[in-house]
Amino acid sequence: MSTLSLTSAWSITASANPPRAGYVDHPLGHTAGRPEDPVGQCIIIRDALGLFDSITESGAIVPIQSDWGTPWRDEARALMDHRTPRHDDPQYQTDADRDAAVQRHGEQLACAVCAPADVPAD
Amino acid sequence: MPSTPPADLDVVDYIAQTRDSYAALGYDAYRWADNPDPVPLTPLAKPLAESRVVLIASGGVYRSGQVGFTHKDDLSHREIPSDTPTEDLRVTHFAYDQTNARKDPNVVFPLAAMRAMVDEGRIGSLASHALTFMGGIYSQRRLSETLIPALRSRVEAMGADLALLVPV
Repeated sequence: MSTLSLTSAWSITASANPPRAGYVDHPLGHTAGRPEDPVGQCIIIRDALGLFDSITESGAIVPIQSDWGTPWRDEARALMDHRTPRHDDPQYQTDADRDAAVQRHGEQLACAVCAPADVPAD
Repeated sequence: MPSTPPADLDVVDYIAQTRDSYAALGYDAYRWADNPDPVPLTPLAKPLAESRVVLIASGGVYRSGQVGFTHKDDLSHREIPSDTPTEDLRVTHFAYDQTNARKDPNVVFPLAAMRAMVDEGRIGSLASHALTFMGGIYSQRRLSETLIPALRSRVEAMGADLALLVPV
């Protein structure tokens, strides 16, 4: 299957060496664009899709034009360790999400794959 | 030969940063995936405009109502219908600042942009579901033996022609 990986971490992607990659020069956590910027997000994805055709050599990482807009590198380089504790029970963005999951799956929350049947009906 | 960044691009070297960070914390050195030999490039089987694309992202995205991810080598994945509204998407992850991802999950999970690409005719269609998981899985063996086969099975079942992978 043809694949393309987006990345904002050039060295990590170069080490993993996927066949095609598009580099987005953003701080981590924004590989696909700036928040609440649907136009900019579409520009990135449109350009990224073009790499399926234009990359002809495996291992290529091609920059995708996207300006973050404000300086960010000093802060990115200064971060030493911003990881949070590695809880081994499910974690949620909100308490309401936890309540909804418990309501659907029970207190055990044993869900190896939350499949289509497991999502709320619209 | 893996790519090197253009000279005028000031990329942040996160491997070096993590190495230094771990050393300062007294941890053993983190072992990054290191694949010096290139994977054969698979050409497109059909034009993009006729292709079915699956979005696969590692940013810890789930849909409200689904079980969240644990933050410790969680090898499960979530299957998110491709028509899911952005407001139903949530994010949980231990290793990156989620402030903006929680404001707009499309920054790590560009489902809305992918739908726009279908509307534009840039791609043929989206697979019925996008697949998500939580990265930061420290065992490459368990990743290869458990999570990757599960994802591959679902991708094949959905008849996707190509995959867009979005790590964080």
